[in-house]
Amino acid sequence: MHSSRGRRSPFRVVASLVAVGALVGGLAACSSSPAAPESGLAQAGAEGVDDGSTLTLWTRAPLEKQAKLLVEAYNSSHQNKVELTVVPNDDYVAKVGAAAGSNSLPDLFAADIVYAPNWVQQGLFQDLTTNIDGLSFKDQINKGHLDAGTADGKEHVLPFVLDLSMLFWNKDLFKQAGLDPEVGPKNYAEFAEYAKKIQALNLPDTYGTATGLNCGGCTLFTWFPSIWADGNEVLSDDGTESLLASDDAKEIYSTWKDLVDSGAVLPSSIDEAGPTWTAGFTEGKVGLQFYPATLLSSTPFDAGVSGIPGVNGGQSTFVGGDGIGVSKDSTKGAQAWNFLNWLMSEDAQVGVLAKNGDAVSRSDLTDNQYSSADPRVVTINEVAAKGKTPVALNFQQAFNAPNSPWLTMIRNEILGGKNTVDADNDQISAVLSQ
Amino acid sequence: MTTTAPNRTDASKPGPPLRVAVGKRKRRPGGQRGWLYAAPLAIFVIALFIVPLLLVGQMSLSDWPLLAGNRGINAPENFVDAFQNRFFLDALVFTLKYTVIATVLLLSLGLGLALIVQESSRWKNFLRTAFLVPSALGLASASLLFYVLYSPIAGPFADLTQALGFTFLGTADSALWSTVFLIVWRFAGFYMLLMMVGLQGIPGDVYEAARMDGASRWQTFRSITLPLLKPTIGLTTVLCITGSILAFEQFYILTKGGPDNSTITLVQLIYSIAFQGQNNLGVAAALSIIVLVVLVLINIVQIRVIRTDKEN
Repeated sequence: MHSSRGRRSPFRVVASLVAVGALVGGLAACSSSPAAPESGLAQAGAEGVDDGSTLTLWTRAPLEKQAKLLVEAYNSSHQNKVELTVVPNDDYVAKVGAAAGSNSLPDLFAADIVYAPNWVQQGLFQDLTTNIDGLSFKDQINKGHLDAGTADGKEHVLPFVLDLSMLFWNKDLFKQAGLDPEVGPKNYAEFAEYAKKIQALNLPDTYGTATGLNCGGCTLFTWFPSIWADGNEVLSDDGTESLLASDDAKEIYSTWKDLVDSGAVLPSSIDEAGPTWTAGFTEGKVGLQFYPATLLSSTPFDAGVSGIPGVNGGQSTFVGGDGIGVSKDSTKGAQAWNFLNWLMSEDAQVGVLAKNGDAVSRSDLTDNQYSSADPRVVTINEVAAKGKTPVALNFQQAFNAPNSPWLTMIRNEILGGKNTVDADNDQISAVLSQ
Repeated sequence: MTTTAPNRTDASKPGPPLRVAVGKRKRRPGGQRGWLYAAPLAIFVIALFIVPLLLVGQMSLSDWPLLAGNRGINAPENFVDAFQNRFFLDALVFTLKYTVIATVLLLSLGLGLALIVQESSRWKNFLRTAFLVPSALGLASASLLFYVLYSPIAGPFADLTQALGFTFLGTADSALWSTVFLIVWRFAGFYMLLMMVGLQGIPGDVYEAARMDGASRWQTFRSITLPLLKPTIGLTTVLCITGSILAFEQFYILTKGGPDNSTITLVQLIYSIAFQGQNNLGVAAALSIIVLVVLVLINIVQIRVIRTDKEN
């Protein structure tokens, strides 16, 4: 898409549709019964096979740093070699879709965990139940990710990298505003109060808080936890009904409307569609922000970290990030399992992820040599246990898509002041239940 | 001239009058050779145009999720779904609005620039190059360039826009005009080039005659330049309207259809149905077919108009 010239994009879109179609066409007959290829997963054993095979692995750009570290560590300690391909976030679904249609998925690929239920249902991943059940620490693996990849009682996905939404604050700005730099806000009202206090410093080019108000993914990732922390839900159990017109949800919308109206929100947040939604905080221009924990290691100044406060107190987090599984097209299941088995091991979880300041996917490893060095990592790991991952088949269309009804709702509420929350919420439910 | 024309076999026979001989004899071997000459193009057209078109046709009639592949016939539901998509009407209206704005601006600017370049002799080469340089940049790269220029965080105008309390892409109107500005910057030079070719095709003696008759500049422009430029204007209109209806990259990169779904074009809608959420290639293909039909109709009308002008 990027190398194109001229204005003939539709031809390319059509052509790519067609390319997908051409490749799928011949296979249409067998697509109804995705017979497992001879991938050797069943014979993989506990450790898998490390025989010098080359494995391909796809992931999306936001988790590039973690993925690279993991792949480097695996390649240097194993005979198998993993070739990593990093795809821009917005193009990832299209790329996976085209590859799925043409039966050319890589051996291993990561999925944004909120898309995992859909992709598992479409048969993109091989069944890993036997292999996962063989892990002695299975009960300690992050449940949100495992559940998202489970369909009909069969497990297909393991956590690749956990990305948790946390509250980050700039300790320096907290001090200037007369706030305790070691303690974050306890509830949503305090969050707004702190943001306004930092705004009231009237420092040039510095704002109370920031987010991406034109970014469905950014807002759901950082706002859902405030509802969970109160013990409430955002979706019905089967993921077909939206509960986002609740009192808790309305409180969140009105708090943000108030913050925007009072000028305590970074102005670019209003049109922020995602690519630079964390930039303001990283540059030290923002007092406190609900923020992805994977960016802890790339935050250049002293930042405080806590779970996301609930509307009425408590803390929670959105257990996002990517799950990973063996693709339906892989013929090297045993080798791929070798990577996954290593990924869940202490070597990978502690030696790579925790070392980089990331959350570990196993609750029995939260206390480790690196977490004791940085208490913020302990905080992140503790909140991870309380976090949730929403499961819905039509999640992408309802929430993440640029024209999603969720985005329409929050923009109506926060920027429009139209008070159409109930009707807008019905629209989300309508998309979820399609 | 005629005696050198026949091919070798003809030359050996004294035979009948040349015209007949050529007509009769060339039909078979020449026909084959003609097919041979046309074959490379024909293969390309079949492989890259006809086959894909048929496949999109098949897709538009099938239940075809992105991740699961063809699941059998689903006609005419795909077309019903395409028309009933909650953004279909908005996208159609917006695309037409954008097309009108872009076409009017690009054609008038292209002609204006061509006239300027034609007139001024001193700066001619410099101006031509200056106007044409943006055309050397891919549209996607140009869009990324403007994305940064317009960015309220990283852009060079960030402080200015903040002081003025305005954003390039923040409201529906500013997003539209910011994108139109990008398109004008990118394509005005290209249309200038086409217009220049047209202008150069007008014989100088017509202008000379007009000057001798004492025609003013405006009269010359209206009564000579415009009528004689009609084929060029026709061609550029077809190009511009077609290109604008198929607008995608600029909006995909700059606005993603926002803010508040105000800048969704038809092709963007196709893309989002196919890849961003609904992941339904069948409905996306149905919408592609609808756009194709609309384009063919528009082009037929345009070509008719140009042709009748010529006949008159």
